Amino acid sequence: MLRTEEMLLNVGPQHPSTHGVLRLVVRIDGETIVEAEPVIGYLHRGTEKLAEDLNYTQIIPYTDRMDYLSAMTNNQAIVLAVEKLMGLEVPERAEYLRVIVTELNRVASHLVWLGTYLLDLGAMSPFLYAFRDREMILNLFNELCGARLTYNYMRVGGVKWDAPPGWIEKVAEFVRYMKEKLDEYHGLISGNEIFLERTRGIGIYDRETAIRYGLSGANLRVTGVKWDLRKDMPYSIYDRFEFDVPVGETGDLLDKYHCRMREMAESLRIVEQAVESFPESGPVMGKVPRVLRAPEGEVYAAIESPRGELGVHIVSKGKDKPWRLKFRRPSFQNLQILPELLRGQNIANLVAILGGIDIVLGEVDG
Amino acid sequence: MQVSMVLGPVLLMLVVLLFVTYAILFERKVLGWIQNRPGPNRVGPWGLLQTVADVLKLLIKEDVVPRKADASLFKFAPVIAFVPAFAVLAVIPFTDTLKFSDFAVGLLYYMAISSITIIGIMAGSWASNNKYALLGGMRSAAQMISYEIPLVMSVVGIIMTVGSLNLEEIVRAQKDVWFIFPQFVGFIVFLIASVSELNRTPFDLPEAESELVAGYFVEYSGFRFAFFMLAEYVYVFAMASLTTVLFLGGWNAPFGLTFIPPIIWFAVKFVAIVFFLFWLRGTMPRIRVDQLMQFAWKVLLPLAIFNIFLTALFKELPVIGNWY
Repeated sequence: MLRTEEMLLNVGPQHPSTHGVLRLVVRIDGETIVEAEPVIGYLHRGTEKLAEDLNYTQIIPYTDRMDYLSAMTNNQAIVLAVEKLMGLEVPERAEYLRVIVTELNRVASHLVWLGTYLLDLGAMSPFLYAFRDREMILNLFNELCGARLTYNYMRVGGVKWDAPPGWIEKVAEFVRYMKEKLDEYHGLISGNEIFLERTRGIGIYDRETAIRYGLSGANLRVTGVKWDLRKDMPYSIYDRFEFDVPVGETGDLLDKYHCRMREMAESLRIVEQAVESFPESGPVMGKVPRVLRAPEGEVYAAIESPRGELGVHIVSKGKDKPWRLKFRRPSFQNLQILPELLRGQNIANLVAILGGIDIVLGEVDG
Repeated sequence: MQVSMVLGPVLLMLVVLLFVTYAILFERKVLGWIQNRPGPNRVGPWGLLQTVADVLKLLIKEDVVPRKADASLFKFAPVIAFVPAFAVLAVIPFTDTLKFSDFAVGLLYYMAISSITIIGIMAGSWASNNKYALLGGMRSAAQMISYEIPLVMSVVGIIMTVGSLNLEEIVRAQKDVWFIFPQFVGFIVFLIASVSELNRTPFDLPEAESELVAGYFVEYSGFRFAFFMLAEYVYVFAMASLTTVLFLGGWNAPFGLTFIPPIIWFAVKFVAIVFFLFWLRGTMPRIRVDQLMQFAWKVLLPLAIFNIFLTALFKELPVIGNWY
């Protein structure tokens, strides 16, 4: 084969398709990637270190800024860890609200993924469709907590505000609407020959590799591993709802698409059930001391965020602040496999594979 | 020399520039309609002056030439790209009377001249001294040269049928039956190859903004960038005209509806093709570069050759042979 001179190409940190400030140093031979190395840290804010100087309630807004596409699930991770550490009870109504907002947030996050992913593949319309539907979720959140991106909604022992009158009905209406829209997406994308050509059989890895790299979320499930923390390490009230964990077969990009699409449908199913059995009344905050002083000890709590296992490890020395706090950030973990996936690929597959991993740079850098 | 010989081309140039201005607006409106948004609606009524404002803005922008670029080639490249786009219009017969040159080898002329643009794109990308631009330029070269072949091959069937390369004679030959019917395979190949020649979605790899940041024109700004865009939209005009002439019967009226003037018929068919191109952009993702090449060589080219074979075969058959 004719060999050409290798070229060093910097993709990012301001490249439009790196979904944030990710820099990829790519060595290419013609249009074939010889080697790709992710360089991270452009968005590093030292959340974990800052947390050591903040009391437990003050940490919550910092988690909003990590995975800014699903701030609700981030909130839940930290409050769950503190609740576990202090042994606090959460009122039922608050648990229901948490389930509704985190599942809606999962749909919103997957919609952003879907839109930007198709944009990476060169299709613009699905991007605008996805953002149109995400907007409705943001409006619902706006009504609930007054914010559209950084919600700061959950509190240790409950949630900050109760749902305004009529909000639950609006959620039910949205679920009905969104189910229809999912069919619309399938009509637009799933059968498109170019989309299939771009995704089928690309970016494949097996389950051993996925586990070795510590992947989680849809990135792990596409290899056939049925691992979802909502089922396998149940938290909150997820054991009350009926839902399936979608898994893939081949682990290619097409599987990732179908997996996330089905996850959205399952999330809507959960929200639907939660709306039906939503408690009529009751408090949304449990009995929580004014100053949260966690007992000495260590705790690890994890939730299933849209991107995988989001874990919080807290070491407490009995003060109102954590002595040490560590986030297990799924985007950071999932990004590790990228160099292996990119080796030998066409450069046009770079953005597709990167988009398939679904990273949020705020979370990668922490 | 007659006055009309001078005025005619100037008039056509104005028509083409007007088309470019409103094709851009039309495209954005069509995309907006597909994507649930209004599209441009701020400058002028219904956004009618949007493109005018955009062009004005491009005109007054700073003319940036990268320091390490090959300055003279960098400046000359957009010109090489856009001149052929206008030159090919000379042979398009819009109606029986509205035309410029009754050129015996019009079709050949079109194919030959239109491929010069690629030199401008390559030169621009090379002179930019930018890796992304170079990748985009290389892709353009590979793509446009590859698709040139099925494009030319797909019209051979028509040439065989008419026995002429003169575009006017080709239109006259379609008085009863448009070539889209007997040359259906050729039409499909031609349509796909022409979309690729125009560098439009789903074959817009030279300017794949998600991979290559922008593509071959990444270092171009202001009016030099506008020249590239101008060339692209003039080609939309030229290619839609050529498709109308070759396959849709040009100015010929269907069903004997001859009371409607021929230019209207031409315009209707032309706009349908233009709309089709914009519609594609609203719905299609982008194909990958190796798939693009495979598609040209392994699918389109054999199909085009098969079409030639089919035409030759049908020509000899009784009854059907009259169509060919």
